[in-house]
Amino acid sequence: MKNDNNSLKRRNFLTNLTKVVGGIGAVFALIPFLSTMSPSEKTKMAGAPIEIDISAITPGTFKIVEWRGKPVWVVHRTPEMLNIIDSKVDYLADPESSSEMQPVYAQNKYRSVKPEFLVLLGVCTHLGCSPLYKPGKNKDLGLEWKGGFFCPCHGSKFDLSGRVFKGMPAGTNLEVPPYYFASDTKLIVGEDRAS
Amino acid sequence: MSKFVAWIDQRLPVSKFVKNHLSEYYAPKNFNFFYFFGSLALFVFILQIITGIFLTINYKPDAASAFASVEYIMRDVEWGWLIRYMHSTGASFFFIIIYLHMLRALMYGSYKKPRELLWLFGMFIFVLLMAEAFMGYLLPWGQMSYWGAQVIISLFGAIPLIGESLALWIRGDYVISDATLNRFFAFHVIALPLLLFAVIYLHIAALHTVGSNNPDGVEIKANKNSDGTPVDGIPFHPYYTVKDIFGLAVFLTIFMFVVFFMPEFGGFFLEKDNFVPADPLKTPEHIVPVWYFTPFYAILRAVPDKLGGVIAMGLAIFVLFLMPWIDRCKVKSIRYRSSTYKILLASFVISFVGLGYIGMQAPTPILTALGRTFTLIYFAFFVVLYFTSKNEKTKPVPERVTMHE
Repeated sequence: MKNDNNSLKRRNFLTNLTKVVGGIGAVFALIPFLSTMSPSEKTKMAGAPIEIDISAITPGTFKIVEWRGKPVWVVHRTPEMLNIIDSKVDYLADPESSSEMQPVYAQNKYRSVKPEFLVLLGVCTHLGCSPLYKPGKNKDLGLEWKGGFFCPCHGSKFDLSGRVFKGMPAGTNLEVPPYYFASDTKLIVGEDRAS
Repeated sequence: MSKFVAWIDQRLPVSKFVKNHLSEYYAPKNFNFFYFFGSLALFVFILQIITGIFLTINYKPDAASAFASVEYIMRDVEWGWLIRYMHSTGASFFFIIIYLHMLRALMYGSYKKPRELLWLFGMFIFVLLMAEAFMGYLLPWGQMSYWGAQVIISLFGAIPLIGESLALWIRGDYVISDATLNRFFAFHVIALPLLLFAVIYLHIAALHTVGSNNPDGVEIKANKNSDGTPVDGIPFHPYYTVKDIFGLAVFLTIFMFVVFFMPEFGGFFLEKDNFVPADPLKTPEHIVPVWYFTPFYAILRAVPDKLGGVIAMGLAIFVLFLMPWIDRCKVKSIRYRSSTYKILLASFVISFVGLGYIGMQAPTPILTALGRTFTLIYFAFFVVLYFTSKNEKTKPVPERVTMHE
């Protein structure tokens, strides 16, 4: 009798052990299935933060890089350009950048972390065309034009901070992507600085 | 023939199954209008499966060609328009039927002992159906498909800590994209229909174990003839099969009228913005879900905080699961319950319909205030019911169903 009881105990123990081990195995077997739903390597590569060397961008010039299939602009603004941004802004629709088109650290009149470097998504907030960089005065773009971005599709105008002019087809300022400066010459676009 | 049947029955008891579930399955004899919607729901489910299969024959789950393939079905595939409109209209009618089916349960206490599990299976079907409808709506890859999905998936982003990675995992990309469309197609045509099929089977199996409730809320099994059949029961076949076929005929008349003459139903069944291909760079002016989600969408918007809104919306659905334990009144049917319950249920229905209307409109201060009021009434229904139902003043419940002669 005692022997029977013992073998029953052993049998129960082994049964339970099998259940636990099998259960753990089943949970681990789930991992590959669920992982297939995560962004693929190809998607991740297209969406990963990018590194931009800004040492070659001289004052007044700009550079276009692709990030997540969209153009990202980096503009090295001169002191004169910054002065223009400081001056009268009554022709702008949202000079204080109150609509959420930028990370909090870029919510200022320069819409940037460092005033001299502007980082923008080069996609018009109207219908998604990519505006053109038009620095300096330009009679074709009106007398108040002191440099900025002009969308060739439907004529939206943005100033040198990517702020939209009043009465344009585009309703909001150009979007500022998340970014930070890893060093004086290295810019990371696509993520906020890890705090 | 009988030899053949006998041969089958020896190997698989088909005759016994037919007896148990049709010819000798006894249902209460006092079913009314509201008892059409169970069998109609089953019919529409099968209709959706069949039309769905024929749609997949020509549909392409690819962001580059999905929209065009739907237009191809509409214009170039022989009778393709009919199949597609039956599927899209079927989705809306499915929800009309299910909402009436659930209202029936609330009116006659069909979730009460011994039918709690039956109700839970029904609620699982409802949740699966919402997921099925949501994912199906992305497939035409129109503007409202795209931006509706964008809004709903970003709701998961509101969950603290894991939210953003969860939304990323659901989308499979940083934005709604081809990856999202492809997986929603897989869920819509394989995973969820299989699950739905399984839970519907359990729902009916549970129903046939405990038997149907009825408008009087009387247990017919408590009163049996000498041969063991319920006094107030009649065999499902032929009595209720005939009744249900009549209901089906009326339903199909209305349903096919909509399919033929007003398949968009004024923008309620197929939204106008969805006739424009999805454009990730251009948001429509006014994003609204399809009508059957708007009551819950209105609750989401009624809460000023994003996470709070998501929680309120989830709670609005979850609390329905608990109905068998919230309603503590022993009397089932509204016919013999207090006026308190009648008023509560009426205000619940009004707030649900009101929320549905508000969820379709652009938010204005008045509508927002109204939406909040209705949201409060919606939740108050459950809270007040919990406290009043315990010692509710009820009328005497008859021994047998009314109209039993």
